[in-house]
Amino acid sequence: MTVTDTATRPGTSSRAADGVGASAARPDGVPKTDGSFIYSSDEHHDGSLWGVTLRSPHPRARIQRIDTSQAEGLDGVRCVLTQRDVPGSKIFGMMVYDQPVLAIDEVRYQGEPVAVVAATHPEIARRACQLIVVDYEDLVPNTDPEVSLTGQVDGLPEGGLARHVRIRHGDVASARAASDITVAGRYEMGTQDPAFLGPESGLAVPVGDGGVELYVSTQDLHRDQRQVADCLGLPLDKVRLVLSGVGGAFGGKEDLNVHIHACMLALRTGRPVRMVYNREESFFGHVHRHPAIADVELGATRSGQLVFTKVRLVLDGGAYTSTSQVVIANGCYFAAGAYHVANVEIDGFATYTNNPPCGAMRGFGAVQSCYAIESAMDRLAAALGMHPLELRMRNAIGEGDTLPTGQPVDGPAPVQEILAWLRDLPLPEQSDPGAEDMRARPGGVGNVTRGEGIRRGVGYALGMKAIGFSGGKDDTCTARVTVWIRGGEPVAEVYCAAPEIGQGIVTLEAQIARTELGVRTVELPDKDTGVAESGASSASRQSWMTAGAVVGACGLVRDEILARAAAALGRPAAEMVLDGAEIRDRGGWPLMPVAELLGPESVSHAYTYRHRPTEPVDPERGQGNAHVAFAYAAHRAVVDVDVELGLVRVVEMATAQDVGKAMNPVAVEGQIEGGTVQGLGLAVMEELQIDGGRIRNPSFTDYLIPTMLDVPPMPMKIFEFPHPDSPYGLNGVGEPPNLSSTPAILNALRDATGLELPRAPVRPSDLVSELLP
Amino acid sequence: MVDINFGRARPGGLLDLSRVEGLDSWELIDGGRTVRIGAGASFTRIIDELGSLCPALAQAARTVGSPQIRNRGTVAGNLATASPAGDAHPVLLACWAQVEVESAHAARLIDIDDFFVGPKRSALAPDELIRAVRIPAAAGPQQFAKIGPRNAMVIATASFALNLDVAGQRVGTGIGSAGPTPLRAQAAEQMLEEALADRWDAPEAELARPLGPAAREHSEQERANCPERPVSAANKSGNDSGADIPSRLSEGAARQFGALVAEAASPIDDVRGSAAYRRHALSVLARRTLNWALADLSEAERPVSGANKSGNPGGAAA
Amino acid sequence: MRVNVTVNGVAHRVDHVWALESLLDFLRERVGLRGTKNACEQGECGSCSVYVDGVLVCSCLVAAGQVEGCSVVTVEGLDPSPVQQAFVNAGAVQCGFCTPGMVVAAHCLLADDPDPDDLTVREQLSGNLCRCTGYQKILDAVHLAAERAGASGR
Repeated sequence: MTVTDTATRPGTSSRAADGVGASAARPDGVPKTDGSFIYSSDEHHDGSLWGVTLRSPHPRARIQRIDTSQAEGLDGVRCVLTQRDVPGSKIFGMMVYDQPVLAIDEVRYQGEPVAVVAATHPEIARRACQLIVVDYEDLVPNTDPEVSLTGQVDGLPEGGLARHVRIRHGDVASARAASDITVAGRYEMGTQDPAFLGPESGLAVPVGDGGVELYVSTQDLHRDQRQVADCLGLPLDKVRLVLSGVGGAFGGKEDLNVHIHACMLALRTGRPVRMVYNREESFFGHVHRHPAIADVELGATRSGQLVFTKVRLVLDGGAYTSTSQVVIANGCYFAAGAYHVANVEIDGFATYTNNPPCGAMRGFGAVQSCYAIESAMDRLAAALGMHPLELRMRNAIGEGDTLPTGQPVDGPAPVQEILAWLRDLPLPEQSDPGAEDMRARPGGVGNVTRGEGIRRGVGYALGMKAIGFSGGKDDTCTARVTVWIRGGEPVAEVYCAAPEIGQGIVTLEAQIARTELGVRTVELPDKDTGVAESGASSASRQSWMTAGAVVGACGLVRDEILARAAAALGRPAAEMVLDGAEIRDRGGWPLMPVAELLGPESVSHAYTYRHRPTEPVDPERGQGNAHVAFAYAAHRAVVDVDVELGLVRVVEMATAQDVGKAMNPVAVEGQIEGGTVQGLGLAVMEELQIDGGRIRNPSFTDYLIPTMLDVPPMPMKIFEFPHPDSPYGLNGVGEPPNLSSTPAILNALRDATGLELPRAPVRPSDLVSELLP
Repeated sequence: MVDINFGRARPGGLLDLSRVEGLDSWELIDGGRTVRIGAGASFTRIIDELGSLCPALAQAARTVGSPQIRNRGTVAGNLATASPAGDAHPVLLACWAQVEVESAHAARLIDIDDFFVGPKRSALAPDELIRAVRIPAAAGPQQFAKIGPRNAMVIATASFALNLDVAGQRVGTGIGSAGPTPLRAQAAEQMLEEALADRWDAPEAELARPLGPAAREHSEQERANCPERPVSAANKSGNDSGADIPSRLSEGAARQFGALVAEAASPIDDVRGSAAYRRHALSVLARRTLNWALADLSEAERPVSGANKSGNPGGAAA
Repeated sequence: MRVNVTVNGVAHRVDHVWALESLLDFLRERVGLRGTKNACEQGECGSCSVYVDGVLVCSCLVAAGQVEGCSVVTVEGLDPSPVQQAFVNAGAVQCGFCTPGMVVAAHCLLADDPDPDDLTVREQLSGNLCRCTGYQKILDAVHLAAERAGASGR
């Protein structure tokens, strides 16, 4: 459905109304609040069938036989498909094709799809799945990433070692000898799940020419389209993807889920097919954040100057590749944190195991390494007897410094400003915890303390991440902008495939068109594969890339309108400006209404934006100018811990971040608050518990994400240091707040308890470990 | 419904009892000494209306799921599921509740101590339905506390209920989420009864006074958000005796009580927590709730001031 | 099974309802009101919140047959409410999947308590999970709606 967005605020100049920099309301805001917005799980079609997936109960097993005959015989079943029925490539993947569309001979993780069924009712499809006979020969799974590091594990690709990333900068060996003080620690992180609320779902509709249309929620329509077409054995132009409403993604909707299955079922039956995962299936239907083991060693002078940083980071990628090779690279790039340090040695390993596949999730490897380095920085501060914030400010990276990859930091790096704001922010008052409402105490409504055992802690963390795709990728985003006259007023249409996943890219598209063209009304048609690609809504890149494309396309439209005006008025185009409904001279005097100039015609241009080129790092020493830009954020966490029960109440999460330009301040705040809270969840409650390759808590009953009562006030400072290379000076926003939130809370918990807390999330039992037998 | 939604249960049919006349209400029976809660009375109703008569139950009800769940969920539903994690169960044990069950042929009362027979198994016969729960009105301080890794909307990692029955001179306890069934900490009860033996007497006359119609009227107006001192509210008429009730037992005795509660538990390691943590947490909860209850008891003897002084809930929806 | 129910003021008579069907599925697939969302189907997230005879419930935990003769109000049936407008204005909507349930629950909260404090909002909406916003803007939206309702004398 096309969304029409009209500026809601009156302004003397139309340009000022809900343009760039304003907190314009979302064009999809009203339909999202009244229930009329259509998500991928709402898509339906007369006569559509329901698709259901049969998944492996085993983390590793050989498939000896699949018998679908009983299932096929069930009344209401229209087809049952296995790997034999995959018409094209039988494997797919975001970066490497290695994941079977449906299991071939062997399953490598619990939940791997084995067969799909289409039936007239979901209950019939589910019963049919139960009637499919699969003879498995159970095999011993390898679920230990340390074993996979040997690269010698049977049954795993490359013996289990997916990638080893090396970064060598300076000389750690001699730096260690020159250090006054060294600290070392191991930090582990459990598996986080994106836990978006809108489950994987979609509708596939066969079309007359033998092709298929897929209405689906995704972070990248075109990358999906290529994989779907390859596996269906169809040319790209026979596979049209349309973005349906996306109920959250956070990285978990970059990999395919229902896509190929729904299309196969639709093409086989000739009927539209709906697929909707339930919550349990969803936990098996998408990738998770890589669990991590990080060993960090830091050396410093007595005065607190970092001399070297050495990190070994192991990320378990699980059964298939997804994006593991890139996640580990990103984890390594920022493993030394946002600090200037001359001697760095980083070894990162991504492994294959028979655990559930891991891939992209908000922060993309940098979450794990930020947690590790920021934990180690607090350990170093303690060893030095220095305030943790002072240690950070003393070593903070700045513009012109060199990263461990040898790349100079050439954009704004206002880390001192960010940290200083946190330093100067007054701490929240500490009232007598016994006098407070129990909902403001650890344990909340559980009524477990009236002040007994409560200790307060304060912790800081700083994070840094690359914005956009790194390592030499030719990253593009294309937008088409069309202007025509309706009711005597120019209307702009922005057609761009950039997936709206909740972040508000549609709001931004409309804001930019208003600012660039002065129009009031902007139309935003369905996002689909009918326009050239936008690239993924990931890597905190989409605002930057889409802004570049929309600004470019608006510029071409404006140039043509002015050229037409020049011809019509006989004046040089350079002397005129386009201001919404009017062509004006440079003094603002109206020369001609745009309506009169265009009449029934429209002006339309597409523009493809590219950011500045990057290069891959060299495989031996990890050196190279791999990144487009960097973004920085820091948190100060204040916690109350019940040290007898191990329960936590996060009292406040203060955060400061540089965003270059706040394109839509309310949306920026929303990104920072949301990212902060995902980090809070990872700090104190969120973990997908995996034992022997099996997920033990695939439900919202036992995979806990923060409720509104777990979330504290979040005072915030948004800095706007314009980035020299980006449209409007903006910088990526979405991921940085997810980095430093978790370690800030861990550091606050350490401050409150004096414990090492080497693992996130921190469980109640970790906080009372000294009291347990 | 969750098991149905996820394809784990396919019962032949469902029976909706929520429309049975009178099932959703509660009444005082037994001369005002016992509260009879209909099987259909929602947790929300218990929070709103039984804060004075059944303070621990009201506190437990407030920790059940979300407002949406509490609007539909019932104590009887907890019982029928018989999960060791059912939030009402520790309170029912601590209060020596009885379960009224009925089949087409007969009705009977099951003592709560006989009700839970195994993990998610109860003494209900296949043809029996729960009609009501009978729970003695509070005759002394009661407490309920529950631990979970989230501050709201969480299944208990461990929970504990304590009932000081001043009138009956006995102590009731209940342990949740730390055994195959909800459990009673018998040795802890005994220990505490002995420790309090010479101290029960003084305030008995007032504290044990059954809550009559006047108290009920009061309770109906009261939300359950301040369930911590219901009896003291009923005791406002003033009583200058009983000054020897200690506000705390000796720290050693409180710890011993905690240890005995922990010993009574029989927890396992699972996704929600380890056995060792559960035992430890129970010992802490037992000690703390005991101290609060004793403080309530001694405060009941002093002129009352400030309903929220003890720092309990500040009034969610008042 | 036949179910007679009034949804958003409109009487429906629906035949062939499956005995084990949830009210959530009934509303979405039989009545065609898909504003009520299916995020967890286990009563943990509140996305499917609706009113049944004026009581706020998770429709995934109610069997369709239980609403026989009842009046159900879904997000589509709320009067154009200040709550909805406040959610848009305060930036409380991102992906929006939690929003319909959140709006219904906030509507219910404000009907009971026209001017709730922060902790009350947090407790009363703790059964409605949101993964995008971090809840701050939702809190703002509830206060904004309360303020506007107060100002308009409602």
